[in-house]
Amino acid sequence: MTQLSVKHLLGIKDLKEEDIQLIFETADNFKTIINRPIKKVPSLRDITVANLFFENSTRTRISFELAQKRLSADVINFSSSSSSVSKGETLIDTVRNILSMKVDMVVMRHPSPGACVFLAKHIDATILNAGDGTHEHPTQALLDAYSIKEATGGVTGKKVAIIGDILHSRVALSNIYCLQKLGAEVMVCGPSTLIPRHIEQLGVKVEHDLRKALEWCDVANMLRIQFERQDIKYFPSLREYSMQYGLTLDILNSIDKDITIMHPGPINRGVEITSEVADSDYSIILDQVENGVAIRMACMFLLAKHKE
Amino acid sequence: MEGKLLYDHQKLIATLNRLAYELVENHDSFDNSAIIGLQPRGVFPARIIRQKIEEITGSKIRYGELDITFYRDDYRTSDRQLIASPIHIPFSTENLNIILIDDVLYTGRSVRSAMDALLDFGRPSKVELCVLVDRKFHRENPIAPDYVGKSVDTRGNIQKVKVDWEEQNYKVWLINA
Repeated sequence: MTQLSVKHLLGIKDLKEEDIQLIFETADNFKTIINRPIKKVPSLRDITVANLFFENSTRTRISFELAQKRLSADVINFSSSSSSVSKGETLIDTVRNILSMKVDMVVMRHPSPGACVFLAKHIDATILNAGDGTHEHPTQALLDAYSIKEATGGVTGKKVAIIGDILHSRVALSNIYCLQKLGAEVMVCGPSTLIPRHIEQLGVKVEHDLRKALEWCDVANMLRIQFERQDIKYFPSLREYSMQYGLTLDILNSIDKDITIMHPGPINRGVEITSEVADSDYSIILDQVENGVAIRMACMFLLAKHKE
Repeated sequence: MEGKLLYDHQKLIATLNRLAYELVENHDSFDNSAIIGLQPRGVFPARIIRQKIEEITGSKIRYGELDITFYRDDYRTSDRQLIASPIHIPFSTENLNIILIDDVLYTGRSVRSAMDALLDFGRPSKVELCVLVDRKFHRENPIAPDYVGKSVDTRGNIQKVKVDWEEQNYKVWLINA
């Protein structure tokens, strides 16, 4: 495998296992680069990247921007709140206007599932999906799997439980695809109202009891409750949710093995995870953030190649 | 393999030993010098030369391996995807005499990229170039080696120098591409 099989990074579903391995190998090299005194390479010096964020983001946006700068790309940032989108411009018009200023690559986050696929069909630039609604968030899944590999020595054969609001989570879907392609077993755990129907058809186990999920897994990926996407109540109260599904040090200590704890952020301390757990040695949350930059550098480096 | 054998194993080792002695001649104890092999194929001669220098001087020398994939000027235009190899330079190059080692010098573009990459590890006081095979008359950059195993005249696009670094049976061929 010497080249990615895709022209855009729209979702993990389109990737082959070899693509993921190639991204990981490339990310290994970028990780050494971002840990040395001069953290920059000139690879993308002739590329301009537009970061289009139609939805709020802290980590992903900073991580992408940092990755672009470490690759010497020129960067323009756009957020919908301060733009003409609020004046009624359509997505495709906004993007066409930006592209006419000679942009080669677009990193986009959008509240509508499939927005990136739509864009890839209609415009002539490399598209990276930075999260589209409740659909996919490919770079997050890649950095999660990479962090699991780094923390536990490999992904194949590992048991990973994704716990929390699966229904509204793009991280969950991308993680399921990615982990399964790499040979891991995946379980989703949460209240039945927050687990999509028929999800077991993706080949994942479904569990509603947090303790049983933890007893089964090697790695637990805790997800936030996505209130901004919930238009009805899915559980009686936040207090009840955190009593049932909040990860505490007491539960972790009562289980007879070490579990690696992950969280894609932002954390709601005291809801899905307590501060003690988030800041404990079990947690690799900050390693995930560090690896995010290396993974995004690798994705952009490999995708830039496709544009002649 | 079709083609002309430039080096068999014994001759190659003899040449690498000679290069090691030449380097010691110019760099004395290597206190203020370091050698850096260029990934992926320059690290093989570099490792052998390093070992020989350490035998001669009787002490460990600074040694690193540099990958230039992210610094290449042709990475987006070349047909093949360039896969990166590990970079391992466990010292600052600031004020050191650096000797870059590669297997074949052809257009000089890799070496140009390597000098770019090297600057990201400090400012060396001097950079020299040591190559096993110099394909002269094909340079596309103003670059010349300081230490040469063998100079050969080759025909540009239709010939290739192939170096076989198979365990304990190194060979260098000039083949028709």
